[in-house]
Amino acid sequence: MSDIGKKYLPGRKIDRINIIFKVVAVIMTCILFFALLITVLDLPEIGRISNPDNNEVEKRYVEEGIKETGAVNTVAGMILDYRAFDTFGESNVLFAATICVTVMLRASAKRRRKDGTTEFDDRDRFYEPRHDTVLRIAAVFLIPMILVFGVYVILNGHLSPGGGFSGGAILGAGFILYLNVFGFKATERFMNEKTIKWITFSALMVYCLAKSYSFFTGANHLESHIPLGTPGAILSSGLILILNICVGMVVACTMYSFYALVRRGRI
Amino acid sequence: MYETIMNHLMDVVSVILFIIGFSNLLLHRNMIKKIIGLNIMDTSIYMLLATQGYITGLKAPIITDGITDATRYINPIPSGLVLTGIVVSVSVTALMLSMTIRMYREYHTLDLDAILMQVRKKDLT
Repeated sequence: MSDIGKKYLPGRKIDRINIIFKVVAVIMTCILFFALLITVLDLPEIGRISNPDNNEVEKRYVEEGIKETGAVNTVAGMILDYRAFDTFGESNVLFAATICVTVMLRASAKRRRKDGTTEFDDRDRFYEPRHDTVLRIAAVFLIPMILVFGVYVILNGHLSPGGGFSGGAILGAGFILYLNVFGFKATERFMNEKTIKWITFSALMVYCLAKSYSFFTGANHLESHIPLGTPGAILSSGLILILNICVGMVVACTMYSFYALVRRGRI
Repeated sequence: MYETIMNHLMDVVSVILFIIGFSNLLLHRNMIKKIIGLNIMDTSIYMLLATQGYITGLKAPIITDGITDATRYINPIPSGLVLTGIVVSVSVTALMLSMTIRMYREYHTLDLDAILMQVRKKDLT
C-alpha cells in the first residue's frame, strides 16, 4: 500500500480488504480455470478432418477460391474478396483508434508555442539518441532492408503468407526505427500530420469505392470487368493487390502515429 | 483423463495462458501490468482459434501446384478470423495505453489503489 492510502483510511482495514480481495480473486480464477478446462475437453479433438468446422464453407473456399478470386493464398482471397467488408471494418477500427489516441494525447492549443512546438518536444530532445554511432551505422544498413521487406510482404500478399496487415506493421516498425535514429526533423520531411491524414483517408476511400463497385456488380449479377489474371503472377487476382496496398498504408501510418503521439503529443 | 488432455493439448495450453492473463488482470495493481495481462488473454484466444482450424499433417492453404482439393489443405477460415482479433487487440491496447498516460499525468502514479485514494480525496474536499 502506498503512503497516500495510509493517510485516508486506517492501514489495518485496507490490509484486510486487500487480503479478502486477493483470496476472492484466486478462488474465482480457480473456478474459471476448471470451468474452461471442462468446456475445452468437450470440444472435438484437434486435427481431425471430420471436425464440424471443416464444413462446406471451407471446401468451397479451397476448391473454388483460386478460380473465383485469382489469389493463390486462400486466406488472402478469403479476407479480401469473400469477406472484404469485414477487412474494411478492421481498417476503420485502426483509423478510429488513431483518432481516439490523438484526442487523448494531443497537446492542447494552449500548450503550443508560436512555432508549433510544446514542452514535450524539449523533453524529447533530451532523450533522443542522436549521437549513437553504433545505432546510426546499423540503421543505415537495416532500415532500407526492413522497408523493402515490408513492401515485398504487402505486394506478395496474394501469393505467399503475409499481406496488408503484416507488411504494414513491418513498414511501421521501419519508420519508427528511422525516427529513433535520425530524429523528428528527418521524419517530418515525409511523415507529417498532413501526409498521414491524406494517405489514410485516400487509402480508405479507394478501398471503399473499389469494394462497393465489386459488391454492386456482384449483387446485381453484372459483369465486373476486373481482370483476374493468371494465378501466381504478381499482377493478378483482381482487386486483392490494390486492397492489400491500401490496408498496408493504413496500418503503417497508424503504427507510426501511435508511436509519435505517445512520444511527443503530436504526429 | 490423460489421454483426453493429450488429445486437447493446445486447447489446455491456451486455457492456462488465459488464466495467467486473467489472474494478472485481477492481482496486479500496476496499470501497465494489467494491460499486459489483457494482451496475454488475447493471445490465448488466438491460439485456441488457430488450433481449431488445424488438420494434422496437412499444409497451409496456399495453392502453389494448382491442385484444388479440400482434403490437402487446412481450414483457412480461423486464420482469417484471428487476423481480425489481432487488429482489434492492437487498437484496444493503444487506446488503453494512451488512457494510462493521461492518468499518469493527472495522478503521477500507475498504482490503481493510489489513484482511487486520490479520487476519493478529491470527492471529499
